[in-house]
Amino acid sequence: MRALRAMTWVELKLFVREPLTVMFVLVLPLVVLYVLNGVFGSQPDPTVWEGLSPIDFYTSAYVALVAATAGVLSLPVHLAGYREQGVLRRFRASAVRPAALVGAHMTVTVVIATVGAVLLSVLSVVVYDAALPEDWLGVVAAYLVTAVAFAALGALLGFLLPTARAAQGLGVLLFFVFMMLGGAGPPKEVLPTALSRVADGLPVTYASDLVRGPWMGQGWDGTALLVLVVMLVACVGLTAWRLRRETEG
Amino acid sequence: MVLAVEVEGLRKEYGRTVAVADVSFTVEPGEIFGLLGPNGSGKTTTVECVQGLRRADAGRIRVLGLDPATDATRLRRLVGSQLQDSALPDRLRVGEALELFAAISPHGPPWRHLLEEWGLADQRRTAFADLSGGQRQRLFVALALVSDPRLVVLDEMTTGLDPAARRVAWNLVEAVRDRGTTVVLVTHFMDEAHRLCDRVAVLSRGRVLATGTPAALIAAHQPETVVRFTAPPDADVSFLRGVGGVRDVARVDGTGVLVRGSGPLLARVGHALVERGLEPEDLAGSVPSLEDAYLALTGGAAEDGAA
Repeated sequence: MRALRAMTWVELKLFVREPLTVMFVLVLPLVVLYVLNGVFGSQPDPTVWEGLSPIDFYTSAYVALVAATAGVLSLPVHLAGYREQGVLRRFRASAVRPAALVGAHMTVTVVIATVGAVLLSVLSVVVYDAALPEDWLGVVAAYLVTAVAFAALGALLGFLLPTARAAQGLGVLLFFVFMMLGGAGPPKEVLPTALSRVADGLPVTYASDLVRGPWMGQGWDGTALLVLVVMLVACVGLTAWRLRRETEG
Repeated sequence: MVLAVEVEGLRKEYGRTVAVADVSFTVEPGEIFGLLGPNGSGKTTTVECVQGLRRADAGRIRVLGLDPATDATRLRRLVGSQLQDSALPDRLRVGEALELFAAISPHGPPWRHLLEEWGLADQRRTAFADLSGGQRQRLFVALALVSDPRLVVLDEMTTGLDPAARRVAWNLVEAVRDRGTTVVLVTHFMDEAHRLCDRVAVLSRGRVLATGTPAALIAAHQPETVVRFTAPPDADVSFLRGVGGVRDVARVDGTGVLVRGSGPLLARVGHALVERGLEPEDLAGSVPSLEDAYLALTGGAAEDGAA
């Protein structure tokens, strides 16, 4: 437990010293939110955004996007880099259990994503007049499921990808796909059928739906919850399997 | 008393490459044990198996009475490691690294004294990426010692250190041993092995060629002492063949004389020369070194392949 705490504290400091990931997770969504609000304003349009006001729609979409970005962009780069450089070996030779290392990385990812998500939500509500959550507890729970599920996906990617460069490449690609098609970009209703199908396959789409439900007082989206929980369990299981294989090398 | 390390019939292959064919040795508690050998002789693979970082294909390993394959977690709390080819996160600072490694040790030992001991006090706030090669190396050794381990494995500890820093490192390793910690030292510096190791094993192509104290290895594998001096070409030096321990007397380049043999050759040859009225000013002897014995053992050939 002390190991996990110490690792988490160190990893948190290391994360803050990494300007690129701070940019992507904390700053970029704010900038995009500003641009989108400028473009779409806050007038509801019955043909798109499920009939919601654009700012309400995008706020939950961006909360989900921030959690997804922290998971797939920053975490895999760190972990893959650790293996590539020999940091993982260094920790493994000491009494650090791989689970503590993964746990520390996931915790840091969730913490950073939460800072980003809160920052974004506050800005949306205060500056752009987004609606306050109808069901606060539901929003927090939905958000945490999302953040932990994407952190688990990131941990898995970090152990599967061979190098930090590969992780960064895939992470940036996923970030843009998530942003453009996962509900945080053009409304799904105007996407061509093919892209709309891709969007339906993205976990981040379900994450926005999951957060939006309690936020707008529409209740929980069962399908979205199922998709994210399955992703979480699968990623944790595969990561554990991968770790066990690695230690037997 | 439980042996610090027991390795018997260790074998490890990477695909078709046999990194370690058959290695056996034991390390007594409280000694500095050296693993010597050319690159690719299997030294690093051997210590990685000992530390439970790799699983042996065959053979029996016990470290402080534990099996590294099944008791790795318990073992790692008792063993300090300085690994080849390892690193820390680029932006992690020296002080933070020591603090972290202290925090993950079972009893959370003090770590600040290591900054002074290993000459890192001025780098406390320096990021790992900004350290010089020598500073990184010293940090890794300090990290290996932070948990106050019973056994410490140092893999090429002084590679990248300048001569003065190497000597400081040697003194510290001796101090570590004198506190009761067993040290396994992997090195290809023969002067380092000779100076530090109580016993060494010489590896080549994944096998142990010889084990023993440096002095015993020299005596067994390179017992020859050489004495050189110059004498006028017409001076008769053949009487030296009758001196005790001399095996061979040869003329080199006209004026040079080369005497080969064993035992305290320099004193005996000097005495014999003075008795005959010869007093060469450049009389000099060279005692065989561990390096000579090592080269005789390994055939002086460099090996390549997985280290």
